[in-house]
Amino acid sequence: MAKSNIEAEIGPMRFRTGRERWAYLNKYKALYFISIPGILYFLLFKYVPLFGSVMAFQDYNIFKGYLGSPWVGLEHFQKMFQYTDFLRILKNTLLLAFYSLAISFPVPIILALLLNEIRKVLFKRVLQTVFYMPHFLSWVVIGGIAIEILSPRSGIVNNIITSMGFEPIYFMGEESYIRTILVSSGVWKDAGWGTIIYLAALTSINPELYEASEIDGAGRWKQTLSITLPALMPTITILFLLQIGHFMDFGFERVSIFLNTLNSGKGEILDTYIYTVGLLDRQYSYTTAIGLFKSVVGLVLIMTGNTLSKKMTGEGLY
Amino acid sequence: MVRTSTAQRWFIVFNYIFLIVLGLSMILPILHVLAQSFSSNAAINSGKVYLWPVDLTLTNYKAVIGEKLIWRSFGVSVIVTVVGTFINLAMTSSLAYPLSRSEYVYRKPVLIMVLLTLIFTAPLIPNYLLVRGLGLHDTLWSLMIPGAISAFNLFVMRSFFMGLPNELIDASRIDGCGEMRILWNIILPLSKPVMATLGIFYSVGHWNSYANALYFINDRMLYPLQVRLREFIITDSSSINVPAEDALMSSPEGIKMAVVIIATIPIMIVYPFLQKYFTKGMMVGSVKS
Repeated sequence: MAKSNIEAEIGPMRFRTGRERWAYLNKYKALYFISIPGILYFLLFKYVPLFGSVMAFQDYNIFKGYLGSPWVGLEHFQKMFQYTDFLRILKNTLLLAFYSLAISFPVPIILALLLNEIRKVLFKRVLQTVFYMPHFLSWVVIGGIAIEILSPRSGIVNNIITSMGFEPIYFMGEESYIRTILVSSGVWKDAGWGTIIYLAALTSINPELYEASEIDGAGRWKQTLSITLPALMPTITILFLLQIGHFMDFGFERVSIFLNTLNSGKGEILDTYIYTVGLLDRQYSYTTAIGLFKSVVGLVLIMTGNTLSKKMTGEGLY
Repeated sequence: MVRTSTAQRWFIVFNYIFLIVLGLSMILPILHVLAQSFSSNAAINSGKVYLWPVDLTLTNYKAVIGEKLIWRSFGVSVIVTVVGTFINLAMTSSLAYPLSRSEYVYRKPVLIMVLLTLIFTAPLIPNYLLVRGLGLHDTLWSLMIPGAISAFNLFVMRSFFMGLPNELIDASRIDGCGEMRILWNIILPLSKPVMATLGIFYSVGHWNSYANALYFINDRMLYPLQVRLREFIITDSSSINVPAEDALMSSPEGIKMAVVIIATIPIMIVYPFLQKYFTKGMMVGSVKS
């Protein structure tokens, strides 16, 4: 026991001779041995594709490979911004990203605050069970349910609309509804799930703060503004920064299931475009350039966000 | 003494009503779909079905159950979920454990290597070409191997291992246990909570995902359930053979909803059990991040 404590304290990195180092590694060789598959996994499945992204600067040909394909510089990036298709899809992606930041992000915070006001423990637990449930449904199932509910012929929404004497609305067949459907189905699925982290942060607030403010005559609303929200701020900031980093990742699965030829004009995003043009039409280099563009935007946003947040609130990811 | 003003009392009432309505908005759609799957064609089309089956019929389920391809996809999904989760847990723990021990001198470089993959992610096509290049496409391995370790889950498991008392390891070493014995006999039995939590996340992920199958699988016989269901929803379910005597009662909508219910049942069965674990798991994760 004492021996390994000493090892931990002086740090095992300081070896006087190579032989000493070897003896140490050999003693714990089992640890090194079992770590090999995991390390190989990350090198092969994360780093190889990362370096493979250089094909964005090539005219990649599957028979010539990375080494044989000709280099074309920034051609694909220039081409990208000349396509009206691409610009329209970029606009869709940015709009959806903005909506999910403005709507999907704050909803769990508000929901957590409301749940926190429920004093009946059993009732609260039942609510939480119900709110977390949609998170575990697949996008195909959610898409299937939503499309059915919104169906003009048999859907419950249109049943209500027609029973009030209005014309049925073909929600899935018109461009103008698709973004609302995409954002609200996301809120339906993950708003409850998103409260978990905030509820955990809420339990760590010192109850004495509330007692003290009550003596000072503060109501619940005042307490929420001056105690609860400031206590949540670090969590909110961190999650906001993480969300910013995924600004353009609205998600392939959640969009793809809702798209059809009638609504894709306003619903298609970069991820679904990369799938159809890249994988199905085999424009490998062009769509890799789009993917790279997406990653770079995410990286720039997260770094800017982090710097700003460190200056303003002192909180940051790194 | 807690004083509650009238405004506060109103707020409490409003809050209860609002949250109950919100809860209903999450349950009712599922009940509606369930009701439709048990209703007749005529009832669905005339919009009479709300939350209770109208003209109760099992024809939709009979049509689905008689469909071989759906059973095949169900089987594929079960295999991918079970084997895939096993691979996930084996790979994640075998890297997380060394990374939690100070005797592993290369902790830092390996951790940095893993962290970088969270920041820099490769686009779809290079990933696809890699899977092709390895000959994994059109095999079920393409659904299990490329996502074998989630970096986030790796960190969660590592911080769990680091929380285990060091004395335990030291004591068993004095008793003459080798490193593998320690891991197998001491650490793993203690790790049931974290294994259950991450196992749940991994397996729900396998069961629900369809993007990877869309990218990597062309062979229709290897389609997982979600991809098959997606086909029904996006195109239509006319590919399902309905027995002639049931043709009047069953409907495309009813059949779709029956498949939706079948795809959801496994999740609904495990949900009450997993709820106990995932809140804990999220806490560990949130402490880490």
